[in-house]
Amino acid sequence: MPVISYIDAVKMALREEMERDRNVFILGEDVGKKGGVFKATEGLYEQFGEERVLDTPLAESAIAGVAIGAAMVGKRPVAEMQFADFIMPAVNQIISEAARIRYRSNNDWSCPLVVRAPYGGGIHGALYHSQSVEAVFANQPGLKIVMPSTPYDVKGLLKAAIRDEDPVLFFEHKKAYRSIKGDVPEADYVLPIGKADVKRKGTDITVITYGLCVHFALGAAEKLAAEGIETEVVDLRTVYPLDKQAIIESASKTGKVLLITEDNKEGSIISEVAAIIAEHCLFDLDAPIQRLAGPDVPAMPYALPMEKYFMMNPEKVEKAMRELAEF
Amino acid sequence: MELKHKKLGIADETVFHMYETMLITRRLDERMWLLNRSGKIPFVVSGQGQEAAQIGAAFALNREEDFVLPYYRDFGVVLAFGMTVKDLMLAAFAKAEDPNSGGRQMPGHFGQKKNRIVTGSSPVTTQVPHAVGIALAEKMDKKQTVSLVTFGEGSSNQGDFHEGANFAGVHKLPVIFLCENNQYAISVPVSKQLASVRVSDRAAGYGMPGYTIDGNDPLEVYKYVKEAADRARRGEGPSLIETMTYRLTPHTSDDDDRSYRSAEEVKKAKLSDPLDTFRSYVKEAGLLPDEKEEQLEKSILTMINEAMEYAENAPFAKPESALQFVYAGTEQGAEK
Repeated sequence: MPVISYIDAVKMALREEMERDRNVFILGEDVGKKGGVFKATEGLYEQFGEERVLDTPLAESAIAGVAIGAAMVGKRPVAEMQFADFIMPAVNQIISEAARIRYRSNNDWSCPLVVRAPYGGGIHGALYHSQSVEAVFANQPGLKIVMPSTPYDVKGLLKAAIRDEDPVLFFEHKKAYRSIKGDVPEADYVLPIGKADVKRKGTDITVITYGLCVHFALGAAEKLAAEGIETEVVDLRTVYPLDKQAIIESASKTGKVLLITEDNKEGSIISEVAAIIAEHCLFDLDAPIQRLAGPDVPAMPYALPMEKYFMMNPEKVEKAMRELAEF
Repeated sequence: MELKHKKLGIADETVFHMYETMLITRRLDERMWLLNRSGKIPFVVSGQGQEAAQIGAAFALNREEDFVLPYYRDFGVVLAFGMTVKDLMLAAFAKAEDPNSGGRQMPGHFGQKKNRIVTGSSPVTTQVPHAVGIALAEKMDKKQTVSLVTFGEGSSNQGDFHEGANFAGVHKLPVIFLCENNQYAISVPVSKQLASVRVSDRAAGYGMPGYTIDGNDPLEVYKYVKEAADRARRGEGPSLIETMTYRLTPHTSDDDDRSYRSAEEVKKAKLSDPLDTFRSYVKEAGLLPDEKEEQLEKSILTMINEAMEYAENAPFAKPESALQFVYAGTEQGAEK
């Protein structure tokens, strides 16, 4: 099984799906000739032509809206937002339109659309190239939000998103693009959207997180294991709708739960996870639910010391896990 | 003098059918107001005064293959595209059988896949990029279809209008942008909506032809939309057509227009009510003898009465069916 990077898994999934189904096409800013600002679509323009790898005008609402129109008549568009931060002009199209098309038409119309966007910090991107925007969309039934952590999950989940009958937001951690590598089968496979994945089994504490933070938790879990503390790491993979069963099972099993997000704390994905645990697992808990998140400031500053202060990292995660284990 | 429709190559029968559809549209609209004012239905949004633009445009298209993305006043467009009076009554009463939404959306939020009437929402102009996306998809598949999207002049200020029009212009897509300029965005008149004189002036910015035409003449609208459709099918790209109309009713059943425009102004506009002027035209063309007209009015009245009775007595969707159709495969209802 070849070892490839996170971003190459994105590209592999896109290429395979475009080869499999001629209705799949890509649209976005700089996705064609340039192959995307991160090179996620590199080579696809040459392979599939400009009609299926479409450089659009610089206008995010049109990117989303045009993709929605095409999806409604049978295409499988994969729209790229250059940065998750720039999805904001398209929010009306995504929330008022894509999320509601099946529901408002009483199942007459549907919108099988994928919107891909790189998110996350730690790359000197400052306020508008570092944000986590998932919470904006995570109370909109009709949408699905996928945030994979590994190349293997990227390929399987992106393929699943493209084949899904409903709109899927697919957020890729831009720091993971080249720093995270892993085994990815060359064969075709899909992974289920809506299912969390236990990335490490453990009995003492549970960490529930997603995206890049999964790797911080796994690294810290190794260190704690050397001291006899066994951590279970649950990777949400789909942050909306949440896999309640997986959350409840793991929280009930260890009774000590640490929830981690790189996003601001208030109203974040992990706030909802905390609510699920509070509702279902209260009498199984041996410690208060812990949340580790970015500070409640608008976004990540540019200067390195402030960026580091905001950004989640292995040390912060390890410290929080150790404290919970010792509770 | 040769009759206008003959010059345009429109058959007598089609002209009659256009008038018939306009009349159905108006009579249905009037009935909706009666139902609202008598407390039977909670809401009406009306298209009175805009029927000529709607019918002229719809009839100029291939109603078996083209797509329409109507806005909320387009009774005329959807009736011409195959939605029935009964369907619209079911929507007015918000009943389960309403094909637009099964009673989920307010009336005026059209959608019916089998007739290629694309589902719409309330935030205005979001349908414009959808029309562009449909045209893109159809062009990819080498089809000859056109998508027609309608909107008001106020809506032409929305980013989605500009973003969608520019996208269609850049990629030369088969889209017809049809503005129904009814002079008001709720209460705000054109003079406070547009910095340009005409909506059609905006076409130049998007590399497409723009026309401002008489929206009270269905044959004129037919002519321009037909040309735009032919152009689109030849691969020459989109067009913007601004039809000048007047909104004869308040914005909706919840609006009182006396607070922002004079009764005289409305009265004056009624002198060029497109239904009256087109009626005169078909009469003068000899297509509507008195007896035929009487019959037509009678049959429309019966159709509306029957539809109303059916819709009023039809069942609502089950309350818990509100949980259905959030995602594919949730026919049994979403998790509570």
